[in-house]
Amino acid sequence: MPVLELESAGVSVATSAGPDGAGGKVLLHPTSLRLTEQRIGIIGANGSGKSTLARLLNGLVSPTTGRVLVDGLDVARRGAEVRRRVGFCFTDPAAQLVMPTCVEDVELSLRRLERDPARRRERALAVLAEHGLADQAHQSVHDLSGGQRQLLALAGVLATDPAVVVADEPTTLLDLANSRRVGDLLMGLPQQLVLLTHDLDLAARCDRVLVVADGRVVADDDGPTGVAAYVDAVDRAVHDAHEGPA
Amino acid sequence: MSSPLLVGVHQPGDSWLHRCPTGVKLLGLAAFSLTVVLTRSAVAAPVFLGLALLAAAVGGVRLATLARATRAILVLAVVAAGFQWWIDGPAKAVETLVDLVALALAAITVSATTPVNAMLDTLVRAARPLRHVGVDPERVALTISLAIGALPGTLALALETRDAARARGLGRNPRVYLTPFVVRVVARAHEQGDALAARGLGD
Repeated sequence: MPVLELESAGVSVATSAGPDGAGGKVLLHPTSLRLTEQRIGIIGANGSGKSTLARLLNGLVSPTTGRVLVDGLDVARRGAEVRRRVGFCFTDPAAQLVMPTCVEDVELSLRRLERDPARRRERALAVLAEHGLADQAHQSVHDLSGGQRQLLALAGVLATDPAVVVADEPTTLLDLANSRRVGDLLMGLPQQLVLLTHDLDLAARCDRVLVVADGRVVADDDGPTGVAAYVDAVDRAVHDAHEGPA
Repeated sequence: MSSPLLVGVHQPGDSWLHRCPTGVKLLGLAAFSLTVVLTRSAVAAPVFLGLALLAAAVGGVRLATLARATRAILVLAVVAAGFQWWIDGPAKAVETLVDLVALALAAITVSATTPVNAMLDTLVRAARPLRHVGVDPERVALTISLAIGALPGTLALALETRDAARARGLGRNPRVYLTPFVVRVVARAHEQGDALAARGLGD
């Protein structure tokens, strides 16, 4: 398995809120982690810093302090190499699919790996067939159902055979059947998976779960235990809100 | 989501035009366009239209696609022709109108018989000599394809935002739906930028 390391990596952004423009908003407090498990779940409230943490892993966000290493490669300095190893899947596949038809979108992913157009087409069709999208190859990506679109987005990511797949709430927009399908696909991947999700059943199936709250990793445990810690914390917060602080 | 604009123009097929190299098609289209524009003859105009229709027939382009392309250009063509009628008389006006339709049909025929990726490969090859002056051909091609691809996505956002404004009974005031529309288009651009970076495109 690849090794993902955060060395006191933190992210803060300057805000113009203060009168002197000083200070800033901390998206992620300096965090040190070493992730070597195959399936890693990240759960937590909206806006807790989950996405920032995930985006650090492939250089979409650069740490403002500390370092992030993927197999020893510094993400900030060798972003291109890192992104070749780390595939990223977004919540909304519509943002990720950029070509008009399904097969062309997969071909776009393959451009760097396969220079010959005919062979590239062949590989793209094979990738689509693997994900049950062979019949949709020449359809517009806008005509797909939400589930098919997310499968296509994943197919585009997996086509380049990354060593790590980071998925940012890939099932949030899907119905039950499709989210099961995408979830099972992700859980069955031979690659290392970093999965951000609100689907706690899915998170519980991970080998390790990080709970993120207010820009910090507040719990770090095996799947079921991590999920239980998150549920307890939410129960307490809701209870306190009802009763008022003791 | 089944508005005609949201569906790609390309129609897979196996006609002679589909198999014709993309570079040849693009050069052919350029040559045809120049000829049409430079030939000032009311007699030639219908011949050009005939040629464009013949090419569309060879490529097996669907009638609906042709009709859509014609309709799109017709508004512009009628305005231009009206102007010509006023300046140069009816013969020139008809020539302009027919020429413009012929050009639109020829262009849609090339688009319908050429996958976007083939177009990209050709552009990359054509832009390769520019590498020496610091132009990245892959990036040029990607930019163009993004511009093409952004159209249906933006239209979908426009419709969604308008519907959302309507649902709240705010349909009349353009500011009410234009502001969120612009914000969402910019947000989508950021998301798409992230997605491209994540896929290692542009590295």
